[in-house]
Amino acid sequence: MQQIISFLIKNSYRMLFLLLLIISVSLAIQSHSYHKSKVINSANYVSGSIYSQAHKVEDYFDLKTKNEELALENARLKKLLFNQKDSIKIDLDSVNQVKKTDLVIAKVIKNCYTDQENIITIDAGRKEGLEHDLGVINSLGIVGVIDNVSNNYATVMSILNINSRINAKMKKTNHFGTLIWNGKNTGYVQLIDIPRLASVKKGDTIVTGNQSTIFPEGINIGTVNRVYIDTETTYYTLEIKLFNDMTSLGHVYVLKNVDRNEIKKLEETTEKDKEKR
Amino acid sequence: MNSIVLVNILRFIVLIAAQALLFNKFNFNGYINPHPYILFIILYPVNGNKNVLLISAFLLGLIVDMFQDTAGIHATACLVLAYLRDYIFKFSFGLSYEYQTVKLNDSLTPERFSFILIAVFIHHFILFLLDIFSVEYIWGTILRTLFSMIFTIILCIIIIYLFKPSKR
Repeated sequence: MQQIISFLIKNSYRMLFLLLLIISVSLAIQSHSYHKSKVINSANYVSGSIYSQAHKVEDYFDLKTKNEELALENARLKKLLFNQKDSIKIDLDSVNQVKKTDLVIAKVIKNCYTDQENIITIDAGRKEGLEHDLGVINSLGIVGVIDNVSNNYATVMSILNINSRINAKMKKTNHFGTLIWNGKNTGYVQLIDIPRLASVKKGDTIVTGNQSTIFPEGINIGTVNRVYIDTETTYYTLEIKLFNDMTSLGHVYVLKNVDRNEIKKLEETTEKDKEKR
Repeated sequence: MNSIVLVNILRFIVLIAAQALLFNKFNFNGYINPHPYILFIILYPVNGNKNVLLISAFLLGLIVDMFQDTAGIHATACLVLAYLRDYIFKFSFGLSYEYQTVKLNDSLTPERFSFILIAVFIHHFILFLLDIFSVEYIWGTILRTLFSMIFTIILCIIIIYLFKPSKR
């Protein structure tokens, strides 16, 4: 005991310093409560920065799988989006909730845009449940309609095809027209047969209409770039600037309308009935 | 002896007042403030009581902290500086320190300048390290320390020359 006391007295200067240092440092740490977490954080910062640097390199190796994952996720989200309940007929629909649109993700393996009749090839086919006349879109807008299907592949009639006919409408006024391509510019398509009653302005958005079973309503197509009156039909013809860059396509989504066969059958029977009369 | 104690008490009060009322409001370039209040520790008599120096340095820092709402930071920096003061003396003045003939408030010699430089550096580095407390901003800390140091050193030297003790 005496030794301890004599030690303390001998080193009183150092002891006093240590005592005061402990007080002041603890004050400094307590006054900023974040200091506590910072002590832990800065320790982690060393290891964390090393880890993040290493991870940056590793990330490059699985970029491809990451891309596929993201595309799948997009497909899921788009499915959710297209299957939104129509708020007007909400009561009728809620009785039996049927999925109206299904999505298949596919990759463009051949994209042609130099011809008049452009065909895109995608790497999904009958195995994925694709068939003739399904709509194909990507994240920006519509791409085309499925033409031929094999087991593993399918060809898509691009919207840049002079034979393509797609039902489209003005987003604002719901006036319908038919989307064609005049075979000239890959960035522009034409919307014909818009009635003269419609008030059309440059910059208006054009989306897919609800008259076809190929595309669900409201998928983006492009904006109005130029408006002129067709001399023969006296309807408006709109030049549409596509949202999509058709010359660079990566992943696309094929839309499967679940009710399509039912609708088709119904229409066919009606046609037959008409002929009988 | 009595007059020395009085001078030191007066210096203590005047420096804190100057720091709180004047030097803390510089905010040069947003955050660079000089801290010439540490002159108290630098100018404390070489042969004075060391324990008193420690306690008074601690109180000095604590009071400055009170003004700046930075509890403990200035106190720690001042305390460490006061503790290391002897070593800095030994480093800067060499043998003459042993004979306790060192007088700081006199004409500026390389020894005196190096003493002030090291003292200010130690104080400021601990101050800003505790203030920022992050390895991420280590370069910012060093830059701030440097700018603030230059500022403080210039002010310290000016103050030493202005208030040369009227011994003559």
